[in-house]
Amino acid sequence: MIRILIRDLMLAVRAGGGFGLGLSFFLVITALVPFGVGPDGLVLAQIAPGILWVGALLACLLSLDRLFQLDFEDGTLDLLACAPIPMESVVIAKATAHWLTTGLALTIAAPLFGVLLGLPAAGYVWLVASLLVGTPALSMIGAFGAALTVGVKRGGLLLSILVLPLYVPTLIFGAEVARRGALQLDVSKPLVMLAGITFATIALLPFAAAAAVRVNLR
Amino acid sequence: MEFDVNDLSVARGGLSVLTGVSFRLLSGQALILRGPNGSGKTTLLRTLAGLQNPQHGTISAPAESIAYGAHADGIKSTLSVAENLAFWADIYGTGMTDAALAGFDLQSLAGRRANNLSAGQKRRLGLARMLVTGRPIWLLDEPTVSLDAKGRTQFESAVRRHLDGGGIAVIATHVDIAVQATTLDIGQFRTPMTAIASSFDEAFL
Repeated sequence: MIRILIRDLMLAVRAGGGFGLGLSFFLVITALVPFGVGPDGLVLAQIAPGILWVGALLACLLSLDRLFQLDFEDGTLDLLACAPIPMESVVIAKATAHWLTTGLALTIAAPLFGVLLGLPAAGYVWLVASLLVGTPALSMIGAFGAALTVGVKRGGLLLSILVLPLYVPTLIFGAEVARRGALQLDVSKPLVMLAGITFATIALLPFAAAAAVRVNLR
Repeated sequence: MEFDVNDLSVARGGLSVLTGVSFRLLSGQALILRGPNGSGKTTLLRTLAGLQNPQHGTISAPAESIAYGAHADGIKSTLSVAENLAFWADIYGTGMTDAALAGFDLQSLAGRRANNLSAGQKRRLGLARMLVTGRPIWLLDEPTVSLDAKGRTQFESAVRRHLDGGGIAVIATHVDIAVQATTLDIGQFRTPMTAIASSFDEAFL
């Protein structure tokens, strides 16, 4: 399992792996929003938590269709299915690799992009905290969606339609934590809900995703 | 060790392809599957490998004994030859990368990125993967495609070594392979082309 994780990270970092894809997309969104909305600092500060969360979510979505598709096309997935590791571990390893290269990278970069949107100083800690707690759910739900669409050519569109509604709860509570944090309100309730969603997806979805991969390999 | 297939029926895309396939192989024996394109060789091998369920019949083999060598070699083009092999060696928990490289004369290519390999070299890397699995039963799907004469000799000697070591091999191929083996023409098991009763939900149950 660790070996798959290391391999996926290696593939992501090497040329053509798309390591910086999510990050640069995140940068594009946060850099363009002030141009679209106008330079009013007050307005920007108000919408900053929401924009940052939507940006993180879309950046995450961008790299999802490659999660299983590349392995499916070159036959690796068939061979992994025959290997002495359960498909659930393969799913967890791949989702973890996806999170490390997108979710965690976005979390670390988010304060920098917060500056671009004039996020109030009190908001940074909770923005990072909400992304750190919430983005694993994005990767895990995404892995489930990618598993469902693994045999579909150009399944990216189908994948986004499938996954977007599942992302909504995470987005609502994640953005709420960041918003309340920026306004220096109590964040405990949305943060607990966000953590609950993340833990539930990590507990349940590897099994669903593994079952979907097996069906698609038949 | 024994690899026993009894009255097996397999389907592809909702259509029954083969019915009543039976054979029995003991340690050191090999079976060559023959049949024209589309006759169901790949479907049969995928079923034997456990990638799809048989419609009917039983496959009995010791647990975790089967290694499947598919059409696609599962090679990552941004990894080097040695890294590709080392990945599979770690997955299967064996450490036989060097021997596998030597078996298919890949040492000189070990540090080379897989996207710079020729088709035949990729095939050799794919076959070397079978060596690092350490599994006794090999299922090979047209293993000699794009191999040159020398590559084919290396492949034949790898299979012979495997069989001498008590292994079993099932090889689907169109060419003659210099390995002591029984030949099974799967044309005789072919199901007349009729749609089988299957519901769409079947995939989810």
